[in-house]
Amino acid sequence: MLELRNVSYGVAEEGQNIEIIRDLSLIIEDKKFVVITGPNGGGKSTLARLIAGVIKPTSGQILLDGEDITEKSITERARLGIGFAFQQPVKFKGIRVIDLLRIAAGKQISVSQACNYLSEVGLCARDYIEREVNSSLSGGELKRIEIATVMARKTKLTVFDEPEAGIDLWSFQNLIRIFEKMREEHKDSSIVIISHQERILNIADEIIVIADGKISRTGSVQEVLPALLGTEAAVDACARLTME
Amino acid sequence: MPKVQLDEIQRRLIREIADLHDIPVGAYNFRANSKLAGRNTTANIDITSKEDKSGIDIRVKPGTKNESVHIPVVISDTGINETVYNDFYIGENADVLIVAGCGIDNCGSQNSEHDGVHRFFLEKGAHVRYVEKHYGSGDGTGQRILNPVTEAYLEEGASMEMEMEQIKGVDSTVRSTIAKVGKDAKLVVKERLMTHGNQTAISTYQIDLDEEGANGDVVSRSVARDNSYQKFDAKITGNAPCHGHTECDSIIMDNGRILAVPGLEANDIDAELFHEAAIGKIAGDQLIKLMTLGLSEAEAEEQIINGFLR
Repeated sequence: MLELRNVSYGVAEEGQNIEIIRDLSLIIEDKKFVVITGPNGGGKSTLARLIAGVIKPTSGQILLDGEDITEKSITERARLGIGFAFQQPVKFKGIRVIDLLRIAAGKQISVSQACNYLSEVGLCARDYIEREVNSSLSGGELKRIEIATVMARKTKLTVFDEPEAGIDLWSFQNLIRIFEKMREEHKDSSIVIISHQERILNIADEIIVIADGKISRTGSVQEVLPALLGTEAAVDACARLTME
Repeated sequence: MPKVQLDEIQRRLIREIADLHDIPVGAYNFRANSKLAGRNTTANIDITSKEDKSGIDIRVKPGTKNESVHIPVVISDTGINETVYNDFYIGENADVLIVAGCGIDNCGSQNSEHDGVHRFFLEKGAHVRYVEKHYGSGDGTGQRILNPVTEAYLEEGASMEMEMEQIKGVDSTVRSTIAKVGKDAKLVVKERLMTHGNQTAISTYQIDLDEEGANGDVVSRSVARDNSYQKFDAKITGNAPCHGHTECDSIIMDNGRILAVPGLEANDIDAELFHEAAIGKIAGDQLIKLMTLGLSEAEAEEQIINGFLR
């Protein structure tokens, strides 16, 4: 179980303190599929980065299974079982897909084991396993590799920061299927997805709406989604085209 | 013919520079502490000592395929200073692998220096893959100095791939590579360099693309750590309709410094020349990504550098 207690995060800008997250408290129960949504600039990605330890809260506490991890580093949190999929997958020079999967798995997994992770995200493993994780890969390919590396970690709790960002519509449709499949198959860990997508919101156990650095609504799909439809917080794939 | 006898240090150096665990199959010439330690020739590859100066001539018969030549040099005594001239004559349409390398272990207080001058003459249609590794070890105060000079002359349709690697332990190096590339010939250079401590490394290239269809590509990746300094000076001259490309991609760490001077000179209207150069520290998001996969910051750095220098 992940718990945020009265977490605030501010940055100094032109001598003023801008609060991005304000006194936010939430609990992510074990084995839940939680989707965080809300308007752009509302603090969703900041929240994901706070959970992964990329940034530290200005005040408040973060607890994992009752243990205070507020001051723990990215590495320590990763080792405690927190996974984090970047909104913009990171590119490397010389590091191959298999290298990343091995680092993620924390051991020398075989090529066929590595291939399984790639197949899960709909990539033909043979074509990708030796490829470098660099700009020769498309946005959609990088995104799927990002998801495969996070899945290879077998973490207790994984945060996906806007998996739909920066990919074409074709890749997007496939991506949604990956999350739908993950929803059905991965029942032993918690998944937190930051997303605006109606189809992802639709499969949530719980939807959390964040606006102005605070939780504005939380509840089941039936309770929360109807009010969101047609707004920026829940778009369908076609609306996404006209937005861009 | 002397029999190869190497001590433990020399064996270790051989492993580092040539990935060899024992005496290789094919032609070889071992040089240890300025002396010939072993030599083997084959029906197609002859090796003879030069008479006027230190060094060897390697002659590969035309049409020789799938053979290799290993010419490792190891220095485990302190205070050695030598210049060696090795000339490779590669016959028409031959296709060979040449592995050279120098390992220095200097535990003493005097400098040890090995300057290898390698010249390659590729006849029509010949193909050479040349792998050169440099390695230094030993905790003495004497410096480990390597100044390799490489020259390549490619006739029509010849091609050569050079892989040059210097990852550890060489205190001072000035590498100079010059090439003249003929009609439809192709030269590809892949350089990997890492310096640390107070090391300095200077690498200069002068690649002349002299005839129509000549192709030259120099790609250097380097890492400068601690207080080390590197200078990469790569010049490609296009004297005919040709295609040339240089790329210098570097990571600096600690107080490392790098000067990259890519140069292009076009003397023909149909010469197409390109260069790319980038220097910077390890990207923060790369470190963060690997740390979210459970690596410590130091482990993440190591993975990034290993990948970069692959």
